[in-house]
Amino acid sequence: MSLVTDTGRWLLDGAHWTGPDGVPARLTEHLVLSGASVLVAAALALPLAFWLGHIGRGGFVVVGLANASRAVPTFAVLIILVATPVGFGDRATVVALVLFAIPAILTNAYTGVRDVDRDARAAAEGMGMSGLQVLRRVEAPLALPLVLAGLRTASVQVIATATLAAYVGGGGLGRFIADGFGRADPAMTAAGGVLVAALALLTEVVLGAVQRRATPGPRGRRPAVAVGVPAAQV
Amino acid sequence: MLLLADRSGPVLAQDEFPNPWVSVDYVRDNADAILAATRQHVTLTLVSVTLGLVLAVPLALLARRFRRLETPVVGFTGVLYTIPSLALFAVLAPVTGLTATTVVIGLTAYTLLVLVRNLLAGLDGVSEDVREAARGMGVGPVRMLLRVELPLALPTVLAGLRIATVSTVALVTVGVVVGHGGLGQLIFSGFNNNLYRAEIFTATAACVLLALAADALLLGLERLVTPWARR
Repeated sequence: MSLVTDTGRWLLDGAHWTGPDGVPARLTEHLVLSGASVLVAAALALPLAFWLGHIGRGGFVVVGLANASRAVPTFAVLIILVATPVGFGDRATVVALVLFAIPAILTNAYTGVRDVDRDARAAAEGMGMSGLQVLRRVEAPLALPLVLAGLRTASVQVIATATLAAYVGGGGLGRFIADGFGRADPAMTAAGGVLVAALALLTEVVLGAVQRRATPGPRGRRPAVAVGVPAAQV
Repeated sequence: MLLLADRSGPVLAQDEFPNPWVSVDYVRDNADAILAATRQHVTLTLVSVTLGLVLAVPLALLARRFRRLETPVVGFTGVLYTIPSLALFAVLAPVTGLTATTVVIGLTAYTLLVLVRNLLAGLDGVSEDVREAARGMGVGPVRMLLRVELPLALPTVLAGLRIATVSTVALVTVGVVVGHGGLGQLIFSGFNNNLYRAEIFTATAACVLLALAADALLLGLERLVTPWARR
């Protein structure tokens, strides 16, 4: 079990926690890359999802997109992007991450708005609310649990996928895995794996807690479960 | 370099050294390599999904027999699913080496969430009346499972199997980090080969087609074995 001790020793070595190649720097890169991608994906997907859910159309396209995205390997899209004018590094990674974060956010927000109780919608319209008011003051709040579920699913997926950035010359925690394999340094490889896995699990737990707090209703209730199956974790 | 050298001339470098996305020549000249990579891709997928099913069935039955185990079992498969495959390969590789085994262990782990969840949902969906009727006809617990419950759960189970298979086909490509990524090997070799677009695109297209073909095949199987579900 010397690998376990070696990995532990690598993680506890102070030299690995400083400088531009240190864990904090790589973790920051990873989080910035992931955060930016989720924000861009949300900015693109949420308005579209709200609009489609509000008019109650396009479900076929939304679900089809989610299913189709599962068949396309993220790794392949990343490499294809590098071979286009997008080029190497973080830019290709962000584009790929955004593309693969959209389906989860879109499907969940769309389903949330579409499935708002018909009576609640009718009551709001009866009070003289305009379409936009109904969306803003009735549908969006009622859809919140699913919107958050979609954002959580997308975030965990993006954190996982951002690891691939290292293979196209980008930063992030994936560097430890890529460099570890490159230098045949098992302790470094495994340490990178442990860090990425821990970050993904932590994100899941923290965002689950955020989701629970933001969801009205009795305390201790489970947060809404995202609809559909998230795209596989890269 | 090439681009700079050609700046003066009227012809762009891209034209003199074309790097098209689609190239019949590439496919013809590399048919053997493409076939070998596809074969590896299919094998890794088949082995992983089969192993996943073999593990998921007892896990689901256990969770159903002892309801207290349901939360830990489903939770465990959820944790496995949350761990990024690249991270899992990185932790496994120092132990299991740069082998197909590493890839299979990781991919099998990922199929469990969907398979267990859909097995449970399918079995839970069997109506109590149906069970009651079967019991009244003298059907024992084993026959109940094999002849009544599993057939009725089949559409849900197969839906899960389709999702698991399609995801696995896409995920095999990540196996490239341990040298066993099926068509992912070609994608990455195209990347290392000065961004050889034909190689990258051909392998990607083959990968997507493989996923779609697997999906269609399982959909056909579903129709075949559940004729009562047809409208």
